[in-house]
Amino acid sequence: MITELGHFALVLAFLVAIIQVVVPLVGAHKRWPGWMAVAEPAANTQFLLTAFSFAALTYAFVTSDFSLRLVTLNSHSAKPMIYKISGVWGNHEGSMLLWVLILTLFGATAAWFGGNLPPTLKARVLAVQSAISVAFFAFILFTSNPFLRLAVPPFDGQDLNPLLQDPGLAFHPPFLYLGYVGLSMAFSFAVAALIEGRVDAAWGRWVRPWTLAAWVFLTIGIALGSWWAYYELGWGGFWFWDPVENASFMPWLFAAALLHSAIVVEKREALKSWTILLAIMSFGFSLIGTFIVRSGLLTSVHAFANDPERGVFILMILVFFTGGALTLFAFRAKAMEAKGVFGMVSRESALVANNILLAVSSMVVFVGTMWPLVAEMFFDRKLSVGAPFFNMAFTPFFVVLGAILPIGAMLPWKRGSIARAFRPLRGAFILAVALAALAFAMQTGRSAMGPVGLFLGSWLVFGAMVDIWTRTGRGAVSGRLRRLIRLPGADWGKAVAHGGLGVTMFAIAGLLAWEDEDIRVVREGESFEVAGYSLTLDKVERVQGPNYISTMGTVQLARDGREITTLYPEKRVYPVAEMPTTEAAIDYGFLRDVYVVIGDPQDNGGWAIRTYYKPLANWIWGGAILMALGGFLSLSDRRYRVAAGARRRRDGVGVPAE
Amino acid sequence: MKRLIFALLLVVMPLGPSLAVQPDEVLNDPVLEERARELSKGLRCLVCRNESIDESNATLARDLRLLVRERLVAGDSDDEVIDYVVDRYGEYVLLQPRASGSTWALWAAGPIMLLLAMGIALMYLRRRQSAPEPADGAGLSDKEKARLDDILKK
Repeated sequence: MITELGHFALVLAFLVAIIQVVVPLVGAHKRWPGWMAVAEPAANTQFLLTAFSFAALTYAFVTSDFSLRLVTLNSHSAKPMIYKISGVWGNHEGSMLLWVLILTLFGATAAWFGGNLPPTLKARVLAVQSAISVAFFAFILFTSNPFLRLAVPPFDGQDLNPLLQDPGLAFHPPFLYLGYVGLSMAFSFAVAALIEGRVDAAWGRWVRPWTLAAWVFLTIGIALGSWWAYYELGWGGFWFWDPVENASFMPWLFAAALLHSAIVVEKREALKSWTILLAIMSFGFSLIGTFIVRSGLLTSVHAFANDPERGVFILMILVFFTGGALTLFAFRAKAMEAKGVFGMVSRESALVANNILLAVSSMVVFVGTMWPLVAEMFFDRKLSVGAPFFNMAFTPFFVVLGAILPIGAMLPWKRGSIARAFRPLRGAFILAVALAALAFAMQTGRSAMGPVGLFLGSWLVFGAMVDIWTRTGRGAVSGRLRRLIRLPGADWGKAVAHGGLGVTMFAIAGLLAWEDEDIRVVREGESFEVAGYSLTLDKVERVQGPNYISTMGTVQLARDGREITTLYPEKRVYPVAEMPTTEAAIDYGFLRDVYVVIGDPQDNGGWAIRTYYKPLANWIWGGAILMALGGFLSLSDRRYRVAAGARRRRDGVGVPAE
Repeated sequence: MKRLIFALLLVVMPLGPSLAVQPDEVLNDPVLEERARELSKGLRCLVCRNESIDESNATLARDLRLLVRERLVAGDSDDEVIDYVVDRYGEYVLLQPRASGSTWALWAAGPIMLLLAMGIALMYLRRRQSAPEPADGAGLSDKEKARLDDILKK
């Protein structure tokens, strides 16, 4: 019964979405306030209906209702509760329902927080947002309905893919979707502005918080996915340049560019048409990402659900929205005349350089991802484009970005000089060079990647510190410290996010340059040494888990005769899904991880054991967390809320600011 | 009883996931082994999705790893080993496509797009540099201007 109600709510939400497209658009065109006002309650209704529908599906999973096809295919009564819930989005249909749930949530939040928008812009934003909903509701209802029943319900389900039964993956998709789908707001604002025919500083200020929020979620989502791959896939890789990973990385890069160019629109009223284009591209690449993942066109290790017919549907959505927006853009680009005047050397130019590097690097990833398809279709060559290509073609962009970022961040608006911007950074630069030289001297004979990474990382981190310190002005240190705490959130956000980028860059370079690996056969009771650590395989035993059977090793980890910890690497078999997984045992440390994997028993006794020494592993995700934190700090800046305050003041209710 | 089930499972199912590089594959000569590992990272496991033979557990990947090592022990240079593998399995096996024929476009795409973007940006910056500063708030009505000021005021 609840299932049918959920299905019905989804159909109703589809109808409401159609109304929300048509009525406000007509209203905004004819300037009828009544028609425009329909958008707000419609957005709320749409969200509530979708939320109910999602809750109904979750209920079916929680109660293991195997009369539902989706539950039978992806759940099992013996599964722990958290994976019953995460199983809702651990499959194609459910994950698309989560997609639209978040889409309608963003539409509703735009209705809640959009009080300071001009009524026509608000109506148009909500209408465009709802148009995206219409497309995806149709997609779900016509090709991927999660509410289909089975005529003969089985006694038990077929279980979720064991790789997905993991806390990391329980939270990875929701964050990723919050990011992907959050970019739809930037898109809706861009298209609404194109329909309105004007983009001004206020528009830049309105669109930035949405982009920031989406980018923050995308950062967290990508970091979670990468962390999951690191500990779950059993060889400690954290990024594979897999099409599915690239699908999330491309919008991330575009969103990062958009964040920065929106600042130029807001402060200087320049780069308007470029910013609009970036907003369209960011969401366009989110759709491309969805298309890549859902169509299975480019098969990859992560494609758990794919179907060509659905692929065509999403391709149509993609062509309609990006194509439509770009056509509109071509007609209206002339209307967006830039105002700000600035010199060749200025903050504006530095942000243009940032945009070029981010956008072109994203396009390189795109070309590399699509190339096997292009080569097969047009040149009849079947070839692969994998990690070695991306490492080589992509990395230079980020090396250059890291090198110029601290200087660009210090340049003044309008007109500046590189020498003057560099002067306060001299100390940071010398320190970074010294650290890199020290690392180079100490490592003797290894690749230069580690020292280069250390230089870039410390240059970015120290540069960010100098940047925020100079923001406190001149005078006594105590006064500057006091001012430091009171600096606006945007300043803190900038410094923290840039520092985070430095941490991640250093960590990736350091890990790849200095990691160590050991493969050997070990008998029970034997000891061996890896990178200064001594490991002892005490025993190997069989253990029964809730829905799996495990072969578990017990490994003592010690250094200089001092016991550190006991590790339990596992090899699991999930009987229902008939799938084996490796569960690496990791001793997490601040400066390094020790990563142990147990393999097969050997013919002449003993077990194959793989041990990795992974320096700086945690720093990769630590840097990502810093970047996300920087985004949150920027988002908390009171300047983004001040417009709402201004409205209250005019109504004579609020108190004067400060 | 549990033991019995487990024993049955072992018979029914092929063994669980094996490690990528097996201990018995490792060459005695550490220099050759290092070269083998480097080469393996650039070769695709043909039956997997986007995995190199260095990472893959598949039997075919193991065969390829052994083949690479065999050739290295026989005294082949790195290029000769790669040529040998490509001759047998086609260029699909290379994770980093060779810059030949149409693949030039792939390798050149990045630099070309960068130059193009820099050219356009330079033209744009030139224009912004010399553009006359428009009267403040041009094109806005007084009411709109007041509202904009209101919003933008810190």
